[in-house]
Formats: sequence, C-alpha cells, structure tokens
Amino acid sequence: MLASLPVPIFGAFWSWLAGRPSALVLHHAAPRAAPRAARPAVSPAEAARFRTVMLPHLDAAYSFARFLCRDPVLAEDLVQDAFLRAFRGFATYRGGDARAWILAIVRNGFRAWLGERGREPSALGQALDDETTEAGWPIQADTPETWLLRNNDAEHIRGLVAALPESFREVLVLREFEGLSYKDIAEITATPIGTVMSRLSRARALFAAAWHGHRRAEEGGAP
Amino acid sequence: MSPAPHTPGWARMLHGFVDGELDAAHVLECEAHLAICPECADSVAHLRAMRAMLQAAEPGFTAPLALRARVLADLAQDRRRPLPGLLRRLWNWSPVPLAAGLAACLMLLLAQPRGPDLADELVAGHVRSLLARHLTDIETSAAHTVKPWFIGRIDFAPPVVDLAARGFPLVGGRLDYIGGRAVAVLVYGRREHVINLFVWPELHGQEGAAAREGYSLTQWTQAGLAFWAVSDLNAVELREFREEFSAATPR
Repeated sequence: MLASLPVPIFGAFWSWLAGRPSALVLHHAAPRAAPRAARPAVSPAEAARFRTVMLPHLDAAYSFARFLCRDPVLAEDLVQDAFLRAFRGFATYRGGDARAWILAIVRNGFRAWLGERGREPSALGQALDDETTEAGWPIQADTPETWLLRNNDAEHIRGLVAALPESFREVLVLREFEGLSYKDIAEITATPIGTVMSRLSRARALFAAAWHGHRRAEEGGAP
Repeated sequence: MSPAPHTPGWARMLHGFVDGELDAAHVLECEAHLAICPECADSVAHLRAMRAMLQAAEPGFTAPLALRARVLADLAQDRRRPLPGLLRRLWNWSPVPLAAGLAACLMLLLAQPRGPDLADELVAGHVRSLLARHLTDIETSAAHTVKPWFIGRIDFAPPVVDLAARGFPLVGGRLDYIGGRAVAVLVYGRREHVINLFVWPELHGQEGAAAREGYSLTQWTQAGLAFWAVSDLNAVELREFREEFSAATPR
C-alpha cells in the first residue's frame, strides 16, 4: 500500500510492453499521492538541498510515526510516504522549522491512513479536553526519587506513552521527546495553542500518574 | 487576563511556566505565587524532575537503516519520473506514435544504475578527496588497523582487505557524507591511480557500471552493504578490482 507507491508512467510503460491498453492502465495506476497533472521536475540542486535539509530529521519522523501508530512496520511506510510527499512538495516549503514541517506531513499521512481504515480519529481526546481541562495539576509523586532513571526505563516509558489516548500522546511526544515549542506543536497538530496547552498539561498528569503506579508496582514486586 | 491561582486555567499557566512559554508578566505572576504556595512549588519541582527523566531516558526511536535506504532510493527514482505536461497529454491522447520514442527514453533512464544525483555525488566525493588532499583519515596499508578505526564512527562494519598481492594495495580509509548519511570510504591504489570504494548498508541494491565526466563507476551489493567504486582507472581494471574485492570479502 503505502510502501509501493505506483509509478504511473513506468507502470504504463511495462503494461504497454505487455500489450495492454495504456489509457486504462494509466487511469488504474494513477496513485492518490501523485496527481496526474505534470509536476515540475526537481532540479539536482533542489534534490541535494532536500537531502541536506530534510534527511537529518528521518529519525525524528520515524520516532514520531512509531509513537503515533504504535506499529514499527506501518511507521516505516508512513515515513517513506511522508518523505516522498515532502520531496514532491519541497517547492512549497518556505523555510521555518524543517522538522516541524516533516512531522506535520507524517501526521497527515497517519490521519489519512486512519480515515482509509474507516477509523474515526479518536473523539476521546476531545471529550477529555472538555471535561478535564484542569486535571493537569498538581503533578505529584511519593518522593523525588520516583523520577530517577533505572535500567530499562526507556522501554517502560515507551509503553506508558503508547497507552495514552492519541491526542495526548502526540503532544507529549512532540514536547518532551522532540522538544518543540507550543507554536510548532499547534501547527503540526492543527489545533489552537490553548488546546495544545490543555492537552499537554493533561497528558503530563496522565503520564505522571501512570509512572507513579509503575514505580509503586516495581517496588511492591521487588522488595 | 490570566487565571488566578488554583482556578481553571491555572494548570496551563504553570506548565507554560515550566516550558518557558510565558511572557515576562506571567512569569512574574507565577514566581510570586510559587514563593508563597509550597504545594504548587512542590508540584513544579516534580514536573521538572519528570521532564528531566523523560529527556535523559531518550525513549525516541531510531530509523532503521533499511528505511533510510528506501527513502534515498525513492528520492533518486522520483527525480527521473516527471515528464513535461505536453508529452504526458500526448501520451494520454495518442499513445501509439509516441510509445516507441518514449520507451526509448525510458530505457535510457532505466539503464542508469541509480539516480544520476547519487553517481554525481560519488564522483564529487572522489574528486574532492584528490583536490583537498583529504584522501584518507587513517593512512595505512594494514587492514586490521583500518577496520577497527571505523568502529564508533559509523554504525556498520565495512569489510577491509588488502589486495596488494592482486595489484590493488590498500592506502587507507576515511569517512564521507553521501546521500544524507555518513559512509565509509576505503582507498586503494593501482599504479598512480586512486580507487575510492564507498560503502554503506543497503539490502537490495543494484548492480552496474557507469562513467561520469571521465571517471568510471561500478556498483554492487554484497552481505547487506552497497559498494560503489569510483576511479579514474579504466572500466576494465575497475571491473577487475571489483571482482578481486568481492572474492576476498564475505558474501
């Protein structure tokens, strides 16, 4: 699916070799990602600039995709698709934070995938926004040692973040793991900055509670 | 208007305070409250400690090498794809007269082993290494010295063999930056000629040979690595180098 974006002209060429009617194949092979209207060719200089500006953010894109979709294989497809789209739309990139730009494309791809799967993007986050805007305080724990790192904690953190509802998960990841500003997060997630702030405070409170529980269980299990 | 302490909206203020997202007036307001409210001050300390832990844990994921290779291959391929609008429209309306010509063009494009940009970049890397007198980062003919030199500098281990007995003495190794990633370069000699052998991980590469601006290139994949040899040597001898190297290293 996402991994094998069809190539209309090559596809038509091979089909022509195979003796099939090309117009039909062209229509059939036209992918949703690549409109049939001709794109201006990307110059070598532009292609080189794309690699310099965008490829350093491959890890960030993959990490964000992994946290969004929680599936390593799908995350690879989402990122590959996002980079191809970014490459084709590079002319529309007007400077600014390149990482925020590619992350927004990754997120759009993920939303589109959810839509295709017939899954409505979770309404849960919205509902929680409305009723629990103020649940982001206080952040508490038994002792400050709760926040000291131990072995394998990265794995536990991933697990707990993955368990958060989607709209909270994405703001938490963008803020804490990618270190993006509220403004960038608002642009990537296409939400007002006030909503970003509410979700972030709520997401942190949810994570803090989950982490606190995790630590207590750890200590209870291993005296 | 900012929310008063412990009223709806106050949590957002304190999170914004910790994130450094408030303007000066709101920062002062928060600080004034934290000075007199131990509960909020304690909570801010917890929040800061939690943030420090999350950052120190580095729970982010790293893109697999195969994904990097896929993205690079996409970019190289997509460069060749676009056709002028007129040609495309003609193709749609009357495919038959154009088919042969178009097929010929595509054949030419497909015959190139990779996107032209990658080959150009490799030739540029080769020329740069000669011009800038930056042929090697580590200069030695001892394969067992070159191999460990790469450890810790790149995330894969290129096979290093000395082919002096075959007429291609190992000169040394260095790092270069090709296609948006750090790659290993092994440098071999042949009489007065230099061969730069670029190596990076790639699962399903292509095979082929090409010539650019008077330089010969040859490309192959072996044991999960892509190899590109670039030299001013003639194509026949470069082909010989490839066979010698290929035979002396793990498949």
